[in-house]
Amino acid sequence: MPQKTMRDAINEALHQAMAEDDSVFVIGEDVAGCQGSPSGKIGEVGGVFGVTSGLYKRFGPDRCIDTPISESAIVGAAAGAALVGMRPVAEIMFADFVGVCMDQLVNQMGKFRYMFGGKSRCPAVIRFACGGGFSAAGQHSQSMYQVMTAFPGLKVVIPSNAYDAKGLLLQAIRDDDPVLFFEPKALYQAACEVPDEMYTIPFGQAAFVREGDDVTVVAFGQMVGRAAAAIDALEAEGISCDLIDPRTSSPLDEAAILESLEATGRLVVVDESPPRCGLTADIAGLAASKGFHSLKAPVQQVCAPHSPTPFSPELEAAYLPDVAKITAAIRATLA
Amino acid sequence: MSLSREQLLRAYRQMKTIREFEERVHAEIMNGQIPGFTHLYTGQEANAVGVCEQLDTADTIISTHRGHGHCIAKGADVIGMMKELFGSSEGLCKGKGGSMHVADMEKGILGANGIVAGGPPISVGAALAAKIRKNGRVAVSFSGDGSVNQGTCFEAMNMAVVLKVPAIFVIENNYYSEHTNISYAVGCDDLKARTEGFGFPVFVADGADFFSVYEAAGKAIAHARAGNGPAGVFAETGRFHGHFVGDPQHYRAKGELEDLRQNSCCLKNFRARMAQTGELDAQAMDTVDAEVMALIEQSVAAAKAAPRPTADQVTSDVYISYAGA
Repeated sequence: MPQKTMRDAINEALHQAMAEDDSVFVIGEDVAGCQGSPSGKIGEVGGVFGVTSGLYKRFGPDRCIDTPISESAIVGAAAGAALVGMRPVAEIMFADFVGVCMDQLVNQMGKFRYMFGGKSRCPAVIRFACGGGFSAAGQHSQSMYQVMTAFPGLKVVIPSNAYDAKGLLLQAIRDDDPVLFFEPKALYQAACEVPDEMYTIPFGQAAFVREGDDVTVVAFGQMVGRAAAAIDALEAEGISCDLIDPRTSSPLDEAAILESLEATGRLVVVDESPPRCGLTADIAGLAASKGFHSLKAPVQQVCAPHSPTPFSPELEAAYLPDVAKITAAIRATLA
Repeated sequence: MSLSREQLLRAYRQMKTIREFEERVHAEIMNGQIPGFTHLYTGQEANAVGVCEQLDTADTIISTHRGHGHCIAKGADVIGMMKELFGSSEGLCKGKGGSMHVADMEKGILGANGIVAGGPPISVGAALAAKIRKNGRVAVSFSGDGSVNQGTCFEAMNMAVVLKVPAIFVIENNYYSEHTNISYAVGCDDLKARTEGFGFPVFVADGADFFSVYEAAGKAIAHARAGNGPAGVFAETGRFHGHFVGDPQHYRAKGELEDLRQNSCCLKNFRARMAQTGELDAQAMDTVDAEVMALIEQSVAAAKAAPRPTADQVTSDVYISYAGA
């Protein structure tokens, strides 16, 4: 099976979805690129991370639409087009920019169906590049998916590898509800085996990345790989862990987490977001309320501190959860 | 501009329906029968009807917190709307939206909207879909003098020009964004010029005159439908009630409301014009009045008798499908 990077896997999914269904189009800042420029190289950019590469040339200006820097109008345009039958895929470059389109995401797109009594559908996908690791500092490094998980009406997807990214994005595009799709930008160049053909991965079904008996580790996005590295190193000591990647935080596969916890009695939750009202607290709460009798040790939360993301590489390395912190947390549950 | 007798009667009926719907809603709120926050459209009827009479069912509108009039003008079921305002499970939105979220996709009503200038970006999306599909539809967003100071409105107007989509921005200036006059809140002297600065034509109308709005809307819609990109309608109007029901209206000048009701009433203006031109006789409009009053009475009786939602309905309609928890 061919190896593909997450960027190429997402790009392939977009190409295939647009070829399959003419109601699918992409819209965002520089998704084509060079519009109105003296170079005349329209379409050469394909998104600042190259994820929409080639779409303009293949599908033309009506289906690969560059916009001004107007995030509210981008999300609104996707929401409005979806309400009247299209399947837009909008790109909001950095997840941090939810701040400049929050109303359209939360109060508009996420609530249409409910407020309209179940009589509308809004099959829009909004893509974001998220997460740290680039010294991109406070306004270009956040996860934000943990924030958006709080809002009913939206589905929230966080792929941790190229294979899942393709299957989850194809599911997102075919899904009839609005979906927020968060791509950990540190993983764009990470490759794994990805089939050429189209396939979907259902939402709300966690992946068991590792299987073990002693500790349940739940990790999201970029942290899945780091958690796997920590778990693999502990194997030599005879410590074996379940590693659960929920893949979607809304819906959340609670059953997978609780079943694993029932077997292991120990839980570590890893996410790169700050701790308050985040996914680690959410899942710790799940364990406390629905898995309390399984717990043999306090739940360990491994996450960023209650601080903005710093710039300097040394500071950011100290800020993000790493293999050492995850390893220590796993050990702590066994102490 | 000449309208058939049937068109004239329909326009009058629509305006009268909105007027009596709103006045009855006001009364029912004061009686404690309708919960929540309600913003009445009384006085602005000619704007909604003048625009919507130029639209086809497949064209879309998106409205505002003051949205009852736009929804009725675009064809929403009056009885279903009244049931919705009363909070019944038989309401147009099953009692889950209420006054600020009345919607009907089949009628091209993409919803009233509780967020000022929440609608224009969404309307640009509907217009973009029409452009991609080449189906000849247009998308209208209604908003007010408050919305024009929101960034989302600026973003939507600019993007509509950039993408050259058939979006029509109807700005109803009722002079007050909540309790603040436009002379304070809009920082320039000429809102029409400021709007045209985005790069699309704006057609001015007298919002108390159905024919004036109808004519301006016709030009704007023709411009957009012909593939020339967005257009605007700018109408000066006045609301006969407060921002919300219960608003003490400290901002009004002495005699302002009486003057509005006396001299800026679209129904009076319509009847005066008919008397002048002889296109409709008073008796025909009297008959419409009686039918409208009966419909409103029927809608309230139906709303009061309609079933109430039950607790098990709280969590339905959030998603079309939602696996997991």
